[in-house]
Amino acid sequence: MSILIKKPGILTTIQDLGRVGYRRLGINPGGVMDRTATRLINILLGSDENEAVVEMHFPAAEIVFEKNAVFAIGGADFSAELDGEPIANWQPYFAAKGATLRFTKKNSGNRAYLAVSGGFKIGQWLGSSSTNLAAKIGGKDGRPLVAGDQIPFALQIKAKPQIRRCHISSSLIPYYRPFPTVRVIVGAEFPLLTKPSQGLFFVHDFVISPNSNRMGFRLKGEPVELAVSFELLSSAASFGTIQLLPDGQLIVLMADHQTSGGYPRIGHVITRDLPLIAQLGPGDKVAFHMIEIAAAEALAAEFERELNFYRIGCKFQANSWQL
Amino acid sequence: MAAKSPRIFPVGDSALTVEFGNVISEELNQKAIAFAAHLESNKFPGYIEPVPAYASATLFYDPVVVRHNFPDFPTAFDAIQHLAQATLENLAANTATPSRLVEIPVQFDAEASLDLEFVAATNNLSPDEVIEIFLAKTYRVYMLGFLPGFSYMGEVDERIATPRRESPRTVVPKGSVGIAGSQTGIYSLESPGGWQIIGRTDVEMFSPNASEPCYLRPGDEVRFVAAK
Repeated sequence: MSILIKKPGILTTIQDLGRVGYRRLGINPGGVMDRTATRLINILLGSDENEAVVEMHFPAAEIVFEKNAVFAIGGADFSAELDGEPIANWQPYFAAKGATLRFTKKNSGNRAYLAVSGGFKIGQWLGSSSTNLAAKIGGKDGRPLVAGDQIPFALQIKAKPQIRRCHISSSLIPYYRPFPTVRVIVGAEFPLLTKPSQGLFFVHDFVISPNSNRMGFRLKGEPVELAVSFELLSSAASFGTIQLLPDGQLIVLMADHQTSGGYPRIGHVITRDLPLIAQLGPGDKVAFHMIEIAAAEALAAEFERELNFYRIGCKFQANSWQL
Repeated sequence: MAAKSPRIFPVGDSALTVEFGNVISEELNQKAIAFAAHLESNKFPGYIEPVPAYASATLFYDPVVVRHNFPDFPTAFDAIQHLAQATLENLAANTATPSRLVEIPVQFDAEASLDLEFVAATNNLSPDEVIEIFLAKTYRVYMLGFLPGFSYMGEVDERIATPRRESPRTVVPKGSVGIAGSQTGIYSLESPGGWQIIGRTDVEMFSPNASEPCYLRPGDEVRFVAAK
């Protein structure tokens, strides 16, 4: 029981929610860029939210289901089609043995996720199936998927099960758009910017440069200046940390960021808004809005509360085809 | 004079950093490592992981779980800040962590020591003198970062301290031993990098499938020896 990669697409990798507990060894958590999309579709299928998924960019992979499966797509909308029939995001679908999944047009977002009910059977390294491209380990042999790869899955589905349409509350699905305002908590070195730069950071928009990847998004915009010059010692960095590079430009650290960094920290994208920035691509824009840490935490708590209700509803639905 | 109390600041909504200072010092590094070790053996609801660095330790946590479990605090950050301060008081008496002495053989032949001539010329020394000065000291592993198992060590004798290359290499071979300012380090994997490469070791710094994937740990003492 597996999916077969007919065409690999651009940077198609196996990821889960990441590898936790090894940052002190320089091993970063990695994992999916859009955690919310991954959690939503895994829960939708009655799977553990940390089950491995296939992360795709556009042009995306062409995938054949070699056995019956129940699957869902989330994140970016790449106009998925199953044997020519349109497939909506955030819905469970049945794929009969031999069916082909294609992605025909990029509508919104830059990273689409494929999950199958019951999850993929993929080995773990340090407790995670995520592909660490720098260390060439994890996921499928530590590399992007190539044509001919087979990724087995665990759950056997004999006949076409009854699948009811399922509604994910619109407040759970991130509002992906090519020019989001993302909320940030100011970083430790923000007060060391010149006064004009402090204002500029929250007024101007920044363009995602082509020189962006899973490690970080480089931003192009008005240069940001420090009022004083200083050297920082390296310390731990985080997904969403916005660093100031020596040339006055900013970089937002993404899922595959290095564990430590020594550049001034201007801000940190809040957890709730990470999916909005994670779905951006070169040429898209972003603006930053400052909020207090209490508000960021409240937004995270509100999301988890709602996710819990959703989780209970989905378990009930997924039971119908897992029996 | 009493030591300056550490600065604590948020790193987003799910981590905070305790900064003991902004200089490379064994004492500050010991505090950072001890702080992280103490939290590792005293986990709390919402604990994710502590990460010691040169002179700071960053604690990652799940703010939603922390808020739920520490309702007396207005925010998860306040709760964790309080916990960090309590940890710091606990540490005051007990910061010495046992360290290991690790010997690492290094080759200095021309193929391995890509920047040895440059480091020698910059410091008005002969390549042999650079090697001699480099081997004379024991180095402390201050932190791991950059790559899995990449060790930041220090400090090299100021006679051989050399700034990073002006243009980084796109490929630095695995095992390369480099100098960046007064730091020294070993590239655990082939990678782009800007450190001045003076030698290479065959010791695997990163063995992904071993129970301890990284050869060195923060706090280790390292002695380089010329490979036979």
